[in-house]
Amino acid sequence: MTGTPLIEVEDLRIDLDDGSRRVAAAESISFRIDRGETFGLVGESGCGKSITALALIGLLRPPLSIGGGVIRFDGREIQHLSAAAQRDLRGNRIAMIFQEPMTALNPVSPVGRQIAEMFVLHKGKSWREANQLAVEALASVRVPAPERRVNDYPHQLSGGMRQRVMIAIALACGPDLLIADEPTTALDVTVQAEIIELMRNLCAERGTAILMISHDLGLVANVCRRVAVMYAGRIVEERGSADIFSAPSHPYTQGLVASLPRLGSRAALGRTRLKEIAGVVPAISHFPDGCRFNPRCTQATDICRTVVPTADFLEAGGLVRCHHHA
Amino acid sequence: MHEPDRAGDDLILSVEDLAVHFPVGGGLFGRGQRLLRAVDGVSLKLKRGECLGLVGESGSGKSTVALSILGLLAPTRGRIVLDGQVVTSRPSGDRKALARIVQMVFQDPYASLNPRQTVRRTLEDPLRVHGVTAKSEIEDRVATMLRHVGLRPEQADRYPHEFSGGQRQRIGIARALILNPRIVICDEPVSALDVSIRAQIINLLLELKETLGLSYIMISHDLGVVEHMSDRVAVMYLGRIVENGDWREIFERPAHPYTQALIAAIPDPLHHAPLATTGGDLPNPLNPPNGCAFSPRCRYAEDLCRHEPGPALETRPDGHTVRCWRSEEISAMSAALASSP
Repeated sequence: MTGTPLIEVEDLRIDLDDGSRRVAAAESISFRIDRGETFGLVGESGCGKSITALALIGLLRPPLSIGGGVIRFDGREIQHLSAAAQRDLRGNRIAMIFQEPMTALNPVSPVGRQIAEMFVLHKGKSWREANQLAVEALASVRVPAPERRVNDYPHQLSGGMRQRVMIAIALACGPDLLIADEPTTALDVTVQAEIIELMRNLCAERGTAILMISHDLGLVANVCRRVAVMYAGRIVEERGSADIFSAPSHPYTQGLVASLPRLGSRAALGRTRLKEIAGVVPAISHFPDGCRFNPRCTQATDICRTVVPTADFLEAGGLVRCHHHA
Repeated sequence: MHEPDRAGDDLILSVEDLAVHFPVGGGLFGRGQRLLRAVDGVSLKLKRGECLGLVGESGSGKSTVALSILGLLAPTRGRIVLDGQVVTSRPSGDRKALARIVQMVFQDPYASLNPRQTVRRTLEDPLRVHGVTAKSEIEDRVATMLRHVGLRPEQADRYPHEFSGGQRQRIGIARALILNPRIVICDEPVSALDVSIRAQIINLLLELKETLGLSYIMISHDLGVVEHMSDRVAVMYLGRIVENGDWREIFERPAHPYTQALIAAIPDPLHHAPLATTGGDLPNPLNPPNGCAFSPRCRYAEDLCRHEPGPALETRPDGHTVRCWRSEEISAMSAALASSP
């Protein structure tokens, strides 16, 4: 890819102010997403993936704040934009969908109005025009009988339909980047498949890039072209999505891939004891020194306990932060 | 509990034609009231030492079946035979006897533990209620159980908030096992846990099943976990079983189009291929479709499927049961597809 990347994050740090001191909830976060590309951020709860997304869209609120680094959107630094300038970007050029559409939608407003609002706010349309566009937007996310459904309130829709409405709102203004934070975690697998395909097809048609955030490595590897794995506030590995499953390089990624019972593996290999990752995810206030995975890592040596590993670029493409990586 | 059932000694649980209906809505004098058939004619068998996986989407009735087995919901119809004893058709008298046979591990280890009780208290209470009063015996059993689930006896005086999610689930498992039940119903036991912790709990559950000779009903939407743990698998759709068979049959040769759709919807991490979609949501259980309940979403549905009332659960020679009008044709088609280059 040549030219300016759509999003470029460099050495981003996100601080958490716990009243007495500031701790880095996420640090040394660097990645880029090209136009129309699909990029995944994977990790467990508390690893910093969601706050990274909130930083991109300008929604970090105290006690969280950007503590350093640069976020470039379309070549322009956006980490210190005014609230008004951020509002201009948000919803218009960077949009986001959330895990639980019921809490993200306004319960006392018909869904059509919530979609139409986007056209009024960002595109200067009259409410009349906007309402018409809302029907079209609802049709584009394949909600049946959209001219009737625009009058429904969120509670009248199923979980899958609500997430379709969220996608309609997010894509209303034709954003360059869609951030999807656990978009299907609350949904059943067959509905998940529908929503993922809808999101994937609409974004591909419109050239919208996707930043997908999830704890589900399998899903992200299926949807995204490249995947970054986060652990305790840092990116530990970034790879092409096929490589991350077939040849993970960081011990944490290796552990994750080996610990998941994968469909078909019992039939092929018999029931083997799942590989466990010992210990627990550290709390933000107790991040260990050196490599933050070292207390749980079977390959840890002295250097891992004291020195933070730098990013090593792999021959096969991608990068890994580990002193002893494969 | 009476009427010992001698048919099949290795059966620890048999659910026969279970139905649980809830009246919904309606005005004064019940006018306009409708019936929600949450579970409608479910039969299941669980053998000693086996794990039965129960899968299906939310609203399919899995948890309602579980609550009926635990005696927490009165069935509208049908009976449940637990360890040779009939437990249905009785409001709550035998809750205590039932609790010594079947227990449950819940999904959310944060919500399912009392935050104001120490672990010791959480584990002691069931023992006291069930007549264990000797202090030394209580202490011994609590300590033994904590060791069984991979915790240290000295951790007993801590409160739930002092433990991580994985440890809390271990406490939840200890609470379920403290009365030495024969059957444990695990309702999504790892879904609320961090991904890197799940393997620990799955391994623990499988170990405990062997060492304590337990039988499991494993409810999960994660088919990878179900395949890993189960001996048999029953698939539910809109309150009924649509397929039931040996785990290998279900995962390698799924016969019902719904089971096929569930398996096909799982993303393949190694391939960037589109996910197979079914179309449509689970139908409204208050207004189920005519004919086969899956017909509006089924790619094989024909007129027969849409109009004839749901097909019966048909048993194949290998013991695999399927509820589908066209299952034989579909199997033949799948077999032909698999053998063609």
